[in-house]
Amino acid sequence: MPDAGYIVAAVAIMAVVTFALRAVPFAIVMPLRSSALIGYLGVYMPAGIMLILVAYSLKNVSVTAPSHGIPELIAVAATAAVHLWRKNAVLSIVVGTGLYVVLMNWAFA
Amino acid sequence: MVIDPASFSTTAVVDHDRRHSPEWRRALQASLPVGIGLVPLGIALGVLVVQQGLNPWWAMVFTSLIYAGSLEFIAVGMVATLTPLPYIALTALLVNFRHVFYALSFPLDRVKGRLARFYSMFALTDEAYAMSVTGDRRSMTGRVMVYSQLYLHAYWIGGAILGATAAQWIPENIVGLDFALTALFVVLSIEAVRAQSGFAVPAIAVSCALIARLVDAEHMLPIAMGAFVSLLVVRYHVTRRKVPTDA
Repeated sequence: MPDAGYIVAAVAIMAVVTFALRAVPFAIVMPLRSSALIGYLGVYMPAGIMLILVAYSLKNVSVTAPSHGIPELIAVAATAAVHLWRKNAVLSIVVGTGLYVVLMNWAFA
Repeated sequence: MVIDPASFSTTAVVDHDRRHSPEWRRALQASLPVGIGLVPLGIALGVLVVQQGLNPWWAMVFTSLIYAGSLEFIAVGMVATLTPLPYIALTALLVNFRHVFYALSFPLDRVKGRLARFYSMFALTDEAYAMSVTGDRRSMTGRVMVYSQLYLHAYWIGGAILGATAAQWIPENIVGLDFALTALFVVLSIEAVRAQSGFAVPAIAVSCALIARLVDAEHMLPIAMGAFVSLLVVRYHVTRRKVPTDA
């Protein structure tokens, strides 16, 4: 287990960076409002960042391992399908995760 | 934490009969739908903290002080594997960079008092942003906004404590609960792709992610996000230059 000093430092760094990202822009909000580039990034960045996070959360999945990433593919597809159908974030997450747990512990165990 | 505005109803606040109820109660009603999503994710985070071999107490520290859901999930793994601090700082910067855009439209001017403003900025999560900009303007006073943020924070910390406690009874051989994070990002991707136009930028992002994964799986997040944002800036300049010549 990592020692407490290291975790405290890590938490402090993440807390400061996160707070700075949320608070500093308010101080410079007027010049930002007029920047066309910032407006452009504000429209197009979120979708890309979220997709990169999907890929990151699946980075340990290997297509050459026994299950070939099939349970992940099924669960991601099910999550997306439920979300496109019902547009309910909670339902999509619960169904996707539940299905993945079932697949991993029984079907692909 | 990250949930799209469109996926949560804030109709409770719009209800005329309820506009005269106390602000703390209006905030509770408005934040409840978001809380239904936050609590299970908090539980998943608490379980993950314990499963990664960290002391359950850290679940409470993470959720109280960092208070940025997607970063916290990633942080548990980074801390458990003793990731160097500069890399942790860079990851925090890239994962939460989207928050800088919230200042452009978050109505902080409605919040009165230094402490309340400080907290409101600290707790400006995706959900808090979503609630403030989608709720009914007249009933979403500064105080209702800050109360709502306090409730969302409480749901998140409470869920994590519940998860860290329950993790002792969840059989170790049950795997896959961490898929809640992937599912959350899938949901947010769908909402975010809908909010912009076309599939060119999402395709660029997926390509960046896949290439970064092949190049260096350990550092794929900063590589992919750095490359993606750089390409987005290039695309902005290219498409802007094209406009006058096309016209």
